[in-house]
Amino acid sequence: MKLDAQIRATLGSLDLDVELAADAGETVAILGPNGAGKTTLLRTLAGLLPLDHGHIELDGTTLDDGAGTFVPPERRPIGVVFQDYLLFPNLSALENVAFGLRARGMPRTEARAVAARWLDTVGLADRHEAKPRELSGGQAQRVALVRALATRPRLLLLDEPLAALDQSARVELRHELRKNLASFDGIRLLVSHDPLDAATLAERVVVLEHGRVIQAGTFPDLAANPRSRYVAELAGVNLLTGAGRGDHLDLDSGDQLVAPGAGSGPVLAVVHPHSVSLSRDRPTGSARNAWPGTVDSIQLLGERVRVRVAGVVPLIAEITPAALHDLELHEGGTVWASVKATDITLSPA
Amino acid sequence: MSTRGRRVPWFPVLAALVAFAFIAIPLIGLVQSVPWTSLWGDLREPQATAALRLSIVCSLWATLLAIALGVPLAWVLARVSFPGRSIVRAVTLLPLVVPPVVGGVGLFYAFGRDGLIGRYLYSWFSLQLTFRTAGAVVAETFVAMPFLVITVESALRSMDRRYEDAAATLGASRMTVFRRVTVPAIAPGLIAGAALAWARALGEFGATITFAGNIQGRTQTMPLAVYLLLESRPDVAIGLSLVLLAVCIAVLALLRDRWLGAG
Repeated sequence: MKLDAQIRATLGSLDLDVELAADAGETVAILGPNGAGKTTLLRTLAGLLPLDHGHIELDGTTLDDGAGTFVPPERRPIGVVFQDYLLFPNLSALENVAFGLRARGMPRTEARAVAARWLDTVGLADRHEAKPRELSGGQAQRVALVRALATRPRLLLLDEPLAALDQSARVELRHELRKNLASFDGIRLLVSHDPLDAATLAERVVVLEHGRVIQAGTFPDLAANPRSRYVAELAGVNLLTGAGRGDHLDLDSGDQLVAPGAGSGPVLAVVHPHSVSLSRDRPTGSARNAWPGTVDSIQLLGERVRVRVAGVVPLIAEITPAALHDLELHEGGTVWASVKATDITLSPA
Repeated sequence: MSTRGRRVPWFPVLAALVAFAFIAIPLIGLVQSVPWTSLWGDLREPQATAALRLSIVCSLWATLLAIALGVPLAWVLARVSFPGRSIVRAVTLLPLVVPPVVGGVGLFYAFGRDGLIGRYLYSWFSLQLTFRTAGAVVAETFVAMPFLVITVESALRSMDRRYEDAAATLGASRMTVFRRVTVPAIAPGLIAGAALAWARALGEFGATITFAGNIQGRTQTMPLAVYLLLESRPDVAIGLSLVLLAVCIAVLALLRDRWLGAG
């Protein structure tokens, strides 16, 4: 199973020109700022917007070649989880999931039985008859997901699946979405503007800006060598993995990270570079996580400086040019990096 | 409305009172003239019951026809971009402003026995519309359909079309999308449009009497009966008028939230 696409389309002031390939079982995240063309890209794949030029091939079948061949959306083996989910407001959760099966000719009773099983697999056994307005954000997301999966697509498109949720629910639901996505064996394409989604849900990231692919690769690749201000910002987060021990993490690197609420089991800790402080000597303030290291690289990014610190806990710090000057940092020099426990975002790995 | 700190000038208030009274007083005049004690008996006069029955039958048929023909027209106007669309829309809405009698004359020369289309209807199918109940239905549909088209078109334009996209990606054909997603989404507009069209059809006078004639039990609907009976049996005419007024008030009440906005 394979997706091979070269997408050229224009919509208003947006001029989209993107090459994209993905294999079965793979999750590819498409990251980009608002207006970069992410949703337009998904719409061309889904068949809601025809290509101007290029081609979309799925498993060797041409879905669109910008000329004579155009398979309409209702005949593409593609499922879509839309932004805001777009559950049909007049239908119950069960009828929403059964919709695609009915549209493909499955008899009513059978479609309802299959839809019921899908809802049960995502823990919604008791919400079959609920109308979309009665569902919580997380429940609506699960209904939207199984509605798209019920028709057995080979390519699943997710458009900002977590954007409609509030921040506190997002961490848990991201983890849940990851679990639910794992049961789908086709190709997954996830559009997001949140780097955490990409880091936790996808194996590969494609960064889109102004309709063009700026950079592609694994998340650590992007973080190591950001090729634009946007990539640096979104991929430049520090990701630390370890095992939760209540109020701290036993990092995979062997060190400890104080982080209240770490829970138990595998945990992913995210530290934004601007939350990392640098000092010449061991810090004495409130930061309880402090490690010595050596300056690996210094990168100037406009008004800010990114400093990579190598050591037992490698970290990227973002400081001002003035601080760089005051600290007299140079590549190869020693430095202390510290992080306040409250500046750490945790999520189950 | 807050008027604190600034006095409301007296002239517009006075003019507004005159305008309101101008509309309200005839209604009061009608209601105060109703012979309440004999009302039930008057409405059961054969001519009155025939007009009532005919009006209900004709107006419901006209509403159904307006839906069957008007919804596709509204869909095309809202969704298909073609040259001359604004002209098509203008023509569609013309019956809203054209005097109904003029509409009736037009219908006569289109669907009458010697009309543009009517002559073929008659010679091929022996179908005659003039002086038949079907003619009254056609006349009412002609004046009522624009109300449905304008309402449904605006509902189609304001609905969130991404739901139609979602249905398409789930494998639904155009027809399934329309039936299961579009129609439920525009249902409030469709109901409002149908109610307006029905009220208009029920009150239709000019086009009906010009095109279909004034035959008791066949084309003499309530408004025609009111006009005819006002001389000979004013009590019956007033009773029928009251029924028409009550229906219109009921339709307005139904649409208050959906169409006119509360308050």
